[in-house]
Amino acid sequence: MDKLSIGGKLLDSRLLIGTGKFPNKSIIPRVIESSESKVITMALRRVDLNSQEENILDYIPKDCILLPNTSGARNAKEAVRIARLAKAMGCGNWIKIEVISDNKYLLPDNYETAKATEVLAKEGFIVLPYMSPDLMAAKSLVDAGAAAVMPLGAPIGTNRGLQTKELIRILIDEINLPIIVDAGIGKPSQAAEAMEMGAKAVLVNTAIATAGNPVEMARAFSLSVKAGRMAYLAKAGAQRQYAEASSPLTGFLND
Amino acid sequence: MIVNGKEMDFGKITILKLLENLNLGVNKVAVEVNLEIVPNENYSEYVLSPGDKIEIIRLVGGG
Repeated sequence: MDKLSIGGKLLDSRLLIGTGKFPNKSIIPRVIESSESKVITMALRRVDLNSQEENILDYIPKDCILLPNTSGARNAKEAVRIARLAKAMGCGNWIKIEVISDNKYLLPDNYETAKATEVLAKEGFIVLPYMSPDLMAAKSLVDAGAAAVMPLGAPIGTNRGLQTKELIRILIDEINLPIIVDAGIGKPSQAAEAMEMGAKAVLVNTAIATAGNPVEMARAFSLSVKAGRMAYLAKAGAQRQYAEASSPLTGFLND
Repeated sequence: MIVNGKEMDFGKITILKLLENLNLGVNKVAVEVNLEIVPNENYSEYVLSPGDKIEIIRLVGGG
């Protein structure tokens, strides 16, 4: 399989996975292993002084790239603050920008996202912005110095698949950066569909974390992302309106 | 001083001692004092004053 290049790194796996919503954190190392993912997302929060909490990093293999997100940020300024805290914590310089002020659909604010992207890219971060698929917004993210563009397939956590398919297709066609479909992918078939369309990678969290068997679901996603990528590279045959026989139309036995 | 939104009284104390008092590992958190990030290597010298606003941040699961 061809490798994915982002921010100067060559990645074997085109599946990025999140660490939220797992009923039991101790399953995360086995999920990461069966997913074969090497880019793992996490969030930053205030320490709860009333309880001793586990550290999510204890569950992530050391050879993975950490992709902290800026969830909780409602504007560019807050996203920049969270990104700098992540770096201070030793997470490296990759950051997923997530700027959200809409609590019902959790749709990202593309304008504030571009502002944060510009500031952080200048500071040397490898910036992967989560965005609503819109061509002009994606272009502004390119100009702002993003390392990839991550449009949503459907609202976060909905498992509804590629509802924004046509808009994502336009981004894949027009944007000269890796397009990573983030949010909404609920099933491996949907991940494969995104990859067949030419997405360079997908980011999955809820679909794996809330599956009956997260370890097996992670493996299913890994296979589907590979299958989708292979199919994209192999170039699908053309669609037709009418039937075209697959078997020869001559030499029938009753001729 | 205010730590993560809570009023606390430690008098004059370094960040390192504060983290020890709160049972927090220095390598597992980031610390902001009055919205300025304090680098890890300065924790043992940085003396907090009453009135400072301190945020202690950690990593959690997320997507």
